[in-house]
Amino acid sequence: MIYEGKQKIWSDYQKEIPDDHWYYVRSCIRQNFFPASERMFTEITRNVLKKDVYETPFHTTCGGIAYHCDTIPQETVMTIVARQFSLMTEAGYENYVPSCITSFGNYAEILETWREFPELEARIRENLWKACRREFNKPKYLAHTSDLIYHWRDRIAELGKYRLVDKETGEPLRIVEHIGCHYAKMFPHKAVGGAEYPYVLAGMVESWGGQVVDYPERRHCCGYGFRQYHVKANRGYSVSNTHKKFESMEPFHPDAIITNCPGCPYFLDRWQYVIAEQTGKTYGRNGFGIPVFTYEELAGLVLGYDPWDLGLQLHQVAVEPFLDRIGVEYDPKAKYLGVNKEDIMRPELPTSMKCF
Amino acid sequence: MADFGFRLSKSSTIDLDKIDTSVYDRLCKTDPDVKTCMACGSCSATCTAAPFSGMSMRKVILALQRGQDVRPMLSKCMLCGKCIMVCPRGINTRHIILSICRQYD
Repeated sequence: MIYEGKQKIWSDYQKEIPDDHWYYVRSCIRQNFFPASERMFTEITRNVLKKDVYETPFHTTCGGIAYHCDTIPQETVMTIVARQFSLMTEAGYENYVPSCITSFGNYAEILETWREFPELEARIRENLWKACRREFNKPKYLAHTSDLIYHWRDRIAELGKYRLVDKETGEPLRIVEHIGCHYAKMFPHKAVGGAEYPYVLAGMVESWGGQVVDYPERRHCCGYGFRQYHVKANRGYSVSNTHKKFESMEPFHPDAIITNCPGCPYFLDRWQYVIAEQTGKTYGRNGFGIPVFTYEELAGLVLGYDPWDLGLQLHQVAVEPFLDRIGVEYDPKAKYLGVNKEDIMRPELPTSMKCF
Repeated sequence: MADFGFRLSKSSTIDLDKIDTSVYDRLCKTDPDVKTCMACGSCSATCTAAPFSGMSMRKVILALQRGQDVRPMLSKCMLCGKCIMVCPRGINTRHIILSICRQYD
């Protein structure tokens, strides 16, 4: 990687990110996959950084999953999105921040389509009025939650208890950054750093003391790809894509992966188990897998939150070796204790990949 | 080995520096119209042998470009010539198949 070249690309793709007053919408699937991530976003932004981040229980899916599975007409998706914007307008906000990468891509695509075809926007306004008597203003700023954590990354580093360095050697930990496809590949100018080498996660890793690892399949899809996974007959294709990525990053010995998409951390994490069960191969050190984190989880670790409050026990790949290298304090016995210290039961352990 | 109902697919990646495309290169000299193929698949769609044998003219040309052996697939062709009638580029596909067979002689 020619670092100077990347800096030139990154400087060409910067976007304005307001510092406060955001209307926050959650993802459909993230809360099931890694439930503490979205909780940690509101915890960090509201209680640590003291920002105004508002959300309402009345928001719904953006329709992105159905849209990318080819099961819903685009005008219906647009009307759903128009309703979300009407909720934002009603709450008095104009900065819109979705937690989901596909939602972010969906909103970006719809706003661009309306800019290009104003008559379509007028029709959607009419649809929304007929359906639920609502009106809306378009957001003044659209950002993804990872954009906001990127925006506040240096402040998080200042407040942090840990850095992404090996506590024994002092060397920066080697981190692979994986960006969700719908973040930048559709509209590079709406992303921090463009589509080829987005800087949003790389910037966090650098601020928090880690080293970004470059590898040939860096921009390859995680394998989820909606239709590839949701149609069971295609799942071999899905896991093969993930396998391709791991084979490509293996020679560079990454210590962890950071992601900003709902599907990517799930599939990069769970498919490692499937690959290990099918081929006997693991990609981490000493028979472990490579731990995969969301940016909120990594920010929470840097800030010194308890790993089990961050939901890291729900990862398939064991995170303990990574925590030990940073020197994060945790109680191994508390891993499977939920709220009120009640036992949440232990999962069956994999046969080919080491796990606790 | 756990059975999940699906498994890893074999990678179709090829290394262009290592494959042997000599058969395709010779074919391009003897039958230059093969280069006008746009891989629309009309020939494969109309092929009588395809549903029973896996024969596909489109796959044959692609495999040659990727340096793969196409003889097993060619042996399934009945030389009926229906593919010639539907080719939007007017390629004499039956003649191409015979030419490919001659490349292996």
